Amino acid sequence: MPDYTPHTPEEIDEMLAFLGIESEVELFAAIPLALQVAGGLALPQGMSEPDVTDAMLAYAAKNAGASSFVCFAGGGAYDHEIPPVVKALGSRSEFVTAYTPYQPEVAQGVLQAIFEYQTLIARLAGLPIANASLYDGATSLVEAVNLAVAGSRRATVWMSAGVHPHWRQTVSTFARGTSHNIVDAPLIDGRTDFSGLDSSEAPGVIVVGSPNYLGVIEDLDAVRALCDQHGALMVVAADPVMSSVLRTAGSRGADVVVGEGQPFGTPLSFGGPYLGLFACTSEQIRRLPGRLVGETVDEEGRRAFVTTLRAREQDIRREKATSNVCSNQTLMAVVAAIQLAWLGTEGLAEIATRCVNATRYLAEQVTTIEGVRLLLPNHAPARDVAVVVPLEASLVLERLGEEGFLGGLAIESLTQEGDLSIDPDLRSRTILMSATERRTKKEIDDFVRALAKAVV
Amino acid sequence: MTNGELTRGLQAAPGGRAASIPLMGNESEPTIFELSVPGRSAYQLRTTGIPQKPLSELFAATDLAAEPVAIAEVSERDLVAHFTRLSHRQFSVDLGSYPLGSCTMKYNPKVCDMVAGLPGLADVHPGTPAPLIQGWLGLMVELEETLCEITGMTAATLQPSAGAAGELTGLLLMSAYHEARGETRTRILIPDSAHGTNPASATLGGYDVTTIPTDERGLVDLEALKASLDTDVAGIMLTNPNTAGLFEEDIAEIAAAVHEVGGLLYYDGANLNAILGVVRPGDMGFDIIHMNLHKTFATPHGGGGPGAGPVAVSARVAEFLPGPKAKRNDDGSFGWGTPAHSIGRVHGWHGNALVLARALTYIKVHGSDGLRRVSERAVLNANWLRKRIDSFLPAAHDRMCMHEVVVTGTELKRETGVKALDVAKRLLEEGFHAPTVYFPLIIDEALMFEPTETESLQTLESLASSLERIVEEAKVTPESLHAAPRTTPVRRVDEARAARTLIPTEDARS
Repeated sequence: MPDYTPHTPEEIDEMLAFLGIESEVELFAAIPLALQVAGGLALPQGMSEPDVTDAMLAYAAKNAGASSFVCFAGGGAYDHEIPPVVKALGSRSEFVTAYTPYQPEVAQGVLQAIFEYQTLIARLAGLPIANASLYDGATSLVEAVNLAVAGSRRATVWMSAGVHPHWRQTVSTFARGTSHNIVDAPLIDGRTDFSGLDSSEAPGVIVVGSPNYLGVIEDLDAVRALCDQHGALMVVAADPVMSSVLRTAGSRGADVVVGEGQPFGTPLSFGGPYLGLFACTSEQIRRLPGRLVGETVDEEGRRAFVTTLRAREQDIRREKATSNVCSNQTLMAVVAAIQLAWLGTEGLAEIATRCVNATRYLAEQVTTIEGVRLLLPNHAPARDVAVVVPLEASLVLERLGEEGFLGGLAIESLTQEGDLSIDPDLRSRTILMSATERRTKKEIDDFVRALAKAVV
Repeated sequence: MTNGELTRGLQAAPGGRAASIPLMGNESEPTIFELSVPGRSAYQLRTTGIPQKPLSELFAATDLAAEPVAIAEVSERDLVAHFTRLSHRQFSVDLGSYPLGSCTMKYNPKVCDMVAGLPGLADVHPGTPAPLIQGWLGLMVELEETLCEITGMTAATLQPSAGAAGELTGLLLMSAYHEARGETRTRILIPDSAHGTNPASATLGGYDVTTIPTDERGLVDLEALKASLDTDVAGIMLTNPNTAGLFEEDIAEIAAAVHEVGGLLYYDGANLNAILGVVRPGDMGFDIIHMNLHKTFATPHGGGGPGAGPVAVSARVAEFLPGPKAKRNDDGSFGWGTPAHSIGRVHGWHGNALVLARALTYIKVHGSDGLRRVSERAVLNANWLRKRIDSFLPAAHDRMCMHEVVVTGTELKRETGVKALDVAKRLLEEGFHAPTVYFPLIIDEALMFEPTETESLQTLESLASSLERIVEEAKVTPESLHAAPRTTPVRRVDEARAARTLIPTEDARS
């Protein structure tokens, strides 16, 4: 079967002869024979591209994607419009098949695109510095906590229960290595209440999501005041789309702003590759994780871009590095810059406004169904809305799936007990829903009719 | 020798050189912000029929911005021109040979990208209930089983997003393993030839690093290693073949010694491309391994990412793996399950899923026979290049290498004052990407070439001829190498100025 190696049998013979050996087996003479694989790997033989494509199509046919199902699922991953122009530019092979821009003379394309991306993310965060991307929102939060602990020199982290549950779980996992002391702060009526926490061990870091996982905008001024009281650094996990119309977290005193950049041109992708957004104040720049692109000039004085402040990074600083990140999500960052430029100032604000209105309309309509209510009726939903149904959420979602709807996320299946401070009696009956700018009135009306049937 | 005169009777116009790419000049491309004209726009949205309320009726005035955040305002036509021009200022595997050592910059088959874009894979929300994602769960189970067979391991997590994330995951697995046995171990052994991510990850994993020297063979100094072993040692992180491109021949003895004191062996999979179907880390004695799917299994690297760094483990570590992970149910359907003593989640969702789908596609096309062929030809190419350039750029270790070769410019520098960096920059003018330079740190004036298996003999000859020409030039006109590159979109950039006068955004210019 042909593959992607170009060698003809004659060339292989010629190359072996040049090396003075008889066969390919001798290439591996340094590997003790007793360790070598005898008889080949227990895998099928190679298949042609069309045959493999058929096999992968068979997998794809067994999934409910957002192009055939109407998607009301959000919770950090959203079904946004991605126009043909963004797909076309983002799939240019110069961007797709390049490595990390270690040779700036032949990598100005990626470097400048990252510079533009950094500018956009810094503006949305309301902070002067944004890095060249991290893996995803969860990892950005891990890195933010690491930075802020180092910056405050205190390992106690007050973590809002309203932050994305998966991100909090990821922070907990990595805290096993760093020995950070993560203290959870509960939500009261959807907003974080830090008042009951034991402050005898002052926090070095306070983390809040805004809008949080339940779609509630937090009181960031109060969080800043609390940080000042304890001398803590303020970390905000912000929704990047809503950031265009809300006062930026940076302008309200955040030291670090992180987010999930998937809404900027990356498909739902079953959760990855996504895009970890990371921005911080100038004071923290020596602790910045990951790569940073800066502007400079070349030998002829022409503008040029290059990765900078490299002495922070693992390949130079090794065990004293600020982070172990090497590969990041550059392609998604380039795509984000393209998608944002396509939207423009007005388009991004329009998307944010439309998402809010679509989710508001959805919330208004579902609550016309008997037995269906909002978990937090006192808040206008920003981005997501938590809906309480009279039956088990998983059953309701299964029934909606049969009608062609991805009805949202069953809170119980994605969280651990205590997450989000939801009444234990309600947890199994709460669905997190979201409607983006792609949802039409007719889709929402049809969905509400299907939901009305699914809850009886 | 000129461009057209190739040795060994090979044809001219070899495929790997990109020196012919057309450029319309070498002016800078304006930034998207400089192209912006207020009032211009490109976006078009669906007609929804949903009544719109202004946000001021819904949210507190204190939360709302007075003005939306400024993006850029461009037409679709200008958008396309801008990013297309940027792409023309970028080298890539699709343009030409990219022998960047340690990075395995092989050709990325297009079929994999096509599969990753399929409706039913690309458009699936990660929170979709299990009955509606049987395809994705099945795909992940097949990939896990396949990666375990390739590496000789028992179980794997697909969550880590990249190699470094895999390393840290592996170190947390090590901690969990020792903790479960009631042991606290504080040290990780790492050879001085290791990638920088290894020690950085060890620190984040809560460990102290003990550096193990390399001996004159270019391999781990076995005596020094043994002298460092005691019951404080949680484990050792090894790359095999190592970063000098050499197979650690003593691996069985190393494994026995580390296991003897109760430590575990971690395999950095950066160089897995050398040994597919030849030898498996599990059979060498390793307990934990990460793979770089973006290297070995050809998923494109996107200018710095995304990658994917699945971690596979031996039976005794399996119960600690991150979760949830896809599993096969008793009735043949697929679902999620979390290992009994899982360290928890290491990704916001399930890993870089579309990278995983690309890798599985690549592996299925190759199969058992094709994967071995990949490694055979990668090693064949590296050795051919090693021998071909040995007379003017000698290998740091005079012996068969694996998938990459590290040569040293020590002699060249002494004779001509031309450094490894100059050779790398001059090579760009020849239409090749530069090799990795000054790594591994233990080799003076190191130039690390990894041709990969997808480059032809003609490309290798062309690369070798260019290098030969460059070395000749160094002896005659060394200043021309110091001045290189001159034909690229920009010439050498002022890195000191970039750090001193930091301009990380458009808004930071004074």
